[in-house]
Amino acid sequence: MSTLWIAILLVALVSFAIKAAGPALVGGRRLPPRAAGVIALLAPALLAGLVLTDFAGPGWTKADWTVAAGLSVAGISYLLRAPMLVCVALAALATALLRLL
Amino acid sequence: MATTEIGYAAGVRVGLAVGVPTFVMGVTFGAMAHSLGWGTLAPVACSLLVFSGSAQFALATSLAGGGGVALAVGAAAMVNARFLPMGVAVASDLKGGRLRRAFEGQAVVDASWAAAHQGNGRYDREKLISATLVQAPLWIGGTLVGALTAPSDEIIHRFALDMVFPAFFLLLLIDEMRESVQARWVAAFAAALAATLTLVVPVGLAIVGSGAAALLGLRAGPGAPR
Repeated sequence: MSTLWIAILLVALVSFAIKAAGPALVGGRRLPPRAAGVIALLAPALLAGLVLTDFAGPGWTKADWTVAAGLSVAGISYLLRAPMLVCVALAALATALLRLL
Repeated sequence: MATTEIGYAAGVRVGLAVGVPTFVMGVTFGAMAHSLGWGTLAPVACSLLVFSGSAQFALATSLAGGGGVALAVGAAAMVNARFLPMGVAVASDLKGGRLRRAFEGQAVVDASWAAAHQGNGRYDREKLISATLVQAPLWIGGTLVGALTAPSDEIIHRFALDMVFPAFFLLLLIDEMRESVQARWVAAFAAALAATLTLVVPVGLAIVGSGAAALLGLRAGPGAPR
C-alpha cells in the first residue's frame, strides 16, 4: 500500500476518533454552567479562527487584498439581509472582477 | 441561517443552502489532489472516509510539502482538533449508548454544527444529522468532478473559487455574532489570536489556539450568553 493511502486511512481513523470522543465519553450528562458557557462561545471563536487563518495562510503568506474585498462584500450584503448563497456569489464575483483589473 | 427552524426539514434546507459551496469546495479539493498526482480514486476515497474539507486540504498540502506521513497526519489531526470541543458541545443532545453517539457524532461538520446551534449550548440533533447527510454526496461528488475535470490553479484563481470557503464561514460567524455582545468580543479576540498565532505556528494549531477565546465565557454566570 502506498504512503498516500496509508496517510488517507490514518487521517480517516484519527478524524473518526476525534468526532467520536466527545459524544461517546461525555454522553447524556449535562455540563456545569461554566463549561456550557465556554462551549456556547466555541462557535464564534473557532469560526473567527477559521476565517482569519484561511485568509492569512501560514505566516500571512496568503493574504490577498482581492479576497479581503470579497469578504467585505459578503459581510455587508449579509448584514443587509441578502440570502446566504447570494452573498457568497457576490463575494466571488467581486473578487473575480478585481482580479481582472 | 434561521436558528429558530428545527428538525430534519430545517437541516435539509441548511444542507441545500450550503450545497453549492460544498460542491465547489469538493471540486477544488479534487482538482488540487489530482494536480498533486493523487489520480482519481484516492481523492474521492479521501472525501468519503475523512469527510472534512479543512483536514483534507491540510493533508494534501502537507504531503506535497514532503514532510512525510506522520507530519501530514499530525497536521490534519490538528486542523480537526476543533471537532473535539464541538463534539463535547453536542454530546448531551445526541441519542443512544456510547457506540451510537460515537456514530451520530460523525455528523459534526462546521456548517451543520453552526446551524444546529440553538443558543445556550443546546443543539438540534435532527437538524445536525440531516444537514450533513445532504452535504455528503455533494462533497464526494464534487471531489469526483474536480479530479476528473482537473481545472487549473489559474481557473480557480480567475473565477475566485477560492473565495467560497472563507465567505461562507464569515456568514456563519456573523450569525453567531448576532447572538450576544459576548459572542462579538470572543470573535474579535479569537481573530486577533489566530492572526498572531499563524505567524509562529502551523495553521491547524492557530485555529485550535483561537478557540481559547471562548474561555471569556468563564466570566459569565449561568445562562448569561444570549
